[in-house]
Amino acid sequence: MNHRKLHHNSTTQNQNQNEQIPAASIPKTCGNQLYHFLWFSLIATCIKLLLIPAYHSTDFEVHRNWLALTHSLPLSQWYSDETSPWTLDYPPFFAYFEYFLSFFASMLDPTIVHLSDGLNSKSHLTILFQRVSVTLSDAVLFYGIYRITRKLDPKQKYLIWVLAVWAPGLIIVDHLHFQYNGFLLGMLLISLSALENGEDLLGGFAFAVLLCFKHLFAVAAPVYFVYLLRHYCRGGLVKGFGRLVVMGSLVVAVFAAAYGPFVYNGQIHQVLRRMFPFGRGLCHAYWAPNFWVFYIMFDKLLAFLLVKMGFHVKAPTASFTGGLVGDSSPFAVLPTITPLISLVLVLLSISPCLLKAWRDPKPSAVTRLVAYAYSCGFMFGWHVHEKASLHFVIPLAIIALKSVEDAKHYFFLSIVSCYSLFPLLYEAQEYPIKVLLLLLHAALMWFGLSSYFGAYVPKGDERSHSSAVVRNADFVIGWFGKSYLMGMVVVEICGQFLHPVVLGNKLPFLPLMMISIYSGFGMMYSWIRQLRWIIGSI
Amino acid sequence: MEKMKIRKNPPKPKFSDPDTGIWSWIVQRGTVASFICISLFALLVRVCVSLHPYSGAGNPPKYGDYEAQRHWMEITINLPVKEWYRNSTINDLNYWGLDYPPLTAYQSYFHGLILRCFDPKSVSLYTSRGYESYIGKLLMRWTVLSSDALIFFPAVLYFINVYYSGKPIKEKTSVAWHIALILLNPCLILIDHGHFQFNCISLGLTVAAVAAILSDRDVVGSVLFSLALNHKQMSAYFAPAFFSYLLGKCLRQQNPVIEVAKLGLAVLGTFAVVWSPYLYSAEASLEVLSRLAPFERGIYEDYVANFWCTTSILVKWKRLLNMQPLKLLSLTATISACLPSMIQLIWKPRKSSFLYGLLNSALAFYLFSFQVHEKSILLPLLPASFLATEKPFVLLWLTQNALVSMFPLLTRDKLIIPYIALHGLFILLYHSPGGRPHKKETQSSFGTLRLFLLSCFLVLHVVYLTIAPPRKYPFLFEAVIMLLCFSQFVVIFLYTNTKQWTPSKLSALSTEAKKHL
Repeated sequence: MNHRKLHHNSTTQNQNQNEQIPAASIPKTCGNQLYHFLWFSLIATCIKLLLIPAYHSTDFEVHRNWLALTHSLPLSQWYSDETSPWTLDYPPFFAYFEYFLSFFASMLDPTIVHLSDGLNSKSHLTILFQRVSVTLSDAVLFYGIYRITRKLDPKQKYLIWVLAVWAPGLIIVDHLHFQYNGFLLGMLLISLSALENGEDLLGGFAFAVLLCFKHLFAVAAPVYFVYLLRHYCRGGLVKGFGRLVVMGSLVVAVFAAAYGPFVYNGQIHQVLRRMFPFGRGLCHAYWAPNFWVFYIMFDKLLAFLLVKMGFHVKAPTASFTGGLVGDSSPFAVLPTITPLISLVLVLLSISPCLLKAWRDPKPSAVTRLVAYAYSCGFMFGWHVHEKASLHFVIPLAIIALKSVEDAKHYFFLSIVSCYSLFPLLYEAQEYPIKVLLLLLHAALMWFGLSSYFGAYVPKGDERSHSSAVVRNADFVIGWFGKSYLMGMVVVEICGQFLHPVVLGNKLPFLPLMMISIYSGFGMMYSWIRQLRWIIGSI
Repeated sequence: MEKMKIRKNPPKPKFSDPDTGIWSWIVQRGTVASFICISLFALLVRVCVSLHPYSGAGNPPKYGDYEAQRHWMEITINLPVKEWYRNSTINDLNYWGLDYPPLTAYQSYFHGLILRCFDPKSVSLYTSRGYESYIGKLLMRWTVLSSDALIFFPAVLYFINVYYSGKPIKEKTSVAWHIALILLNPCLILIDHGHFQFNCISLGLTVAAVAAILSDRDVVGSVLFSLALNHKQMSAYFAPAFFSYLLGKCLRQQNPVIEVAKLGLAVLGTFAVVWSPYLYSAEASLEVLSRLAPFERGIYEDYVANFWCTTSILVKWKRLLNMQPLKLLSLTATISACLPSMIQLIWKPRKSSFLYGLLNSALAFYLFSFQVHEKSILLPLLPASFLATEKPFVLLWLTQNALVSMFPLLTRDKLIIPYIALHGLFILLYHSPGGRPHKKETQSSFGTLRLFLLSCFLVLHVVYLTIAPPRKYPFLFEAVIMLLCFSQFVVIFLYTNTKQWTPSKLSALSTEAKKHL
């Protein structure tokens, strides 16, 4: 028995030492790897199929309406049609994508793409078609993940696939709430993998295409610009300028393909007006857990204290979410935030990573820089949705195994991000689904990351104190992280179970506020950690 | 030079095969870690399936099994225990009257209390018939989910612990795969969480009973199996195996009579406790008993892939014979089909052949007993999943045929999407990289035959869904599916019977190893 134990221990240690499997062995197992990757993605696809009848938000009707209007109207009216309140407000490539889908939809059932008859259509066929279209478009996501991980060793690959292919946040947003983030993020990953690989032209092209699908991704555009300028357009003035022209014309060509038809039809103003509705408030209906949550709370606190101290404070009349710019300030004490202030803040917070990209444009760091830029956009942006946290969580999954610090950070961040998406699914039917998705993700991450970084000591193994160096690299969540995660459970129990019992229907916004404030702390922590890394590496 | 060489040929990791490396990070954490992850995933799949329609959704006046279960909750919480099985003006037994043993009734009572707490309208007497609502469906679904998580899942963990205790570490790499195949049996999930039934309780009790018997706690095992019998009389499919294995084992003890008496008392005691409200008079107990054996429903229902239904294409059993001779005929057929397996178990009560015995007796009952449902195939599937590491191919074969045989039922329930998804999930899990130990199987000769059968099934599915059957034979496609599945079941039955009689060298070796440990 004893002998067997010893043998077992030595094998596990052996494995830990051999995390770097030689690159030469990878091509041999390439076919195998593809099969394994397909296995991971098909398992995810099965779950996605099962979710077809689940709750979907109004975004479902938004996309159905876009199918209908792109199918039944000429291009010149796409951005001016107002049959439904859910007007088209994504860039043209997304409209073309809907136009492409609408052909299949009309084959299946013409009412799906009928502008007025199809309104609020919830027939089985409509649901089936739209859900399956999301599931199929995830193929781009899968390709992106496969591409960006193809050079890693198998052990890392498997873990990253578990993190990214089975990301609970994407399932909640795309396959329950209903959106098409998967294939957009897939394009981002394709672009990042090209950059990491030194194929800057392809990376720039993919990013330009992505911007023409969804302009929210433009937050990282400054990083791309600086990085490509310094990395691609180098090597002397003439050569650099030549490359700048090549890259510039490529990007211009992509944008021309997207916006050209609308310029030709004289619709470009209308398109831009739809894409940038600054009439919306600072925060979304449900506050995304970012910097502004703290700003609002600080304002409330100040107002409360000032009133207590005897000052006269006028209560704000406008709300944060719906208030139009130029109306009375929604804040009692602190200055009003305009889109410009928010933009300046985003740019300011991105500047360290621009500096980093300028000084040291390393392909291996580009994913981290881009992810940081999206976190800045999330923290300080105008009218940010909670879903936007996916923009940096998914890219960070790819680099989660670079160091034990990254792994700890990712473990923490992805739980916070997934939890902050909980309010999207407020109906009882989906409650167990979102909880199980998060628990499963957390369990897989915990077991995977801790055995990858060798924190696990097999039973019967008595490691002496001499292995302190190994211990330092261990994947251990400190008491701070543990208590934060436990607090999350408390917040959830209070909000979901105690609140209805104790307060009944009073203060219905309180549970949501608690979630967004509590996740806000986690997001802030993650942002600071990323910022520290950037500053430390300049 | 030295360094260069080392870099070129680094020491090979233990799992040089990338297939086995894929799950090493979870397998090396032990059974519990694997079980936590897989059971969370299995629960997620169950919740997702429960989003889909249940049997008889929005289909008055009789609805389906969902309404039956709801009705039982309504009856049990509103009437005294003695009235549960008695026909009266309040309790119309023709409308989904209680026809399962008392443990099901108690379970309905318990769940009924929960339902009354959150949605009183859904279980109010009489007025709740055909009650359907968002919250009602959710609560009902959650009663099954919680039963599954509280009974079936722990029982499987118990079984896995017992089954793998004392096995060499080499074989333990397949623990995760084995757990996944037991917990993610597509048929069980579709019937319990899609169609709506509580098989997870009786099957969970059976799993626990099997585990107890494998760990030599025969009395506990007998009590647990009696509970399973008292939850669903269909558990009797396993009774011959339990009976003959335990008998064979007792006969080898020093005092066989005392051993048998001990087990007999355990069984009788359990039955007495469960039936206590009906034991005040023979009449009352007989009243309940008569409800449990619905002979008037005929020898078979719908198109089930068993002997009676399949041969009825040629021999019209229902017209040819009366009820009484038919009963006798099916009883003889069932017993004689069980007999070889029973004799083997009494002859050599080995643990490995016990699992085969369970499979064989359940299959014998499915093929030959009276009043069999499509859903009864769940019972043979359970021991087949126990044997997953020994005979993986049998599990795959049986599961696929079982799924196909339930396809018409699931189509009626509008469960085609979960059917496809779970079928796919099962095949993926079965072929999961690094899960199954690589063993030589003699399936190469079956290769072409299997491919042919699979393509047949694929075509049948498409035809069933798209083409209307000829007017003269409205059930033509059902009959074809039934014929195909029946032939497969018979082949599996013969194969597993021979396997029980000729235990493989490997299992014999592992029992040897067990003895040494």
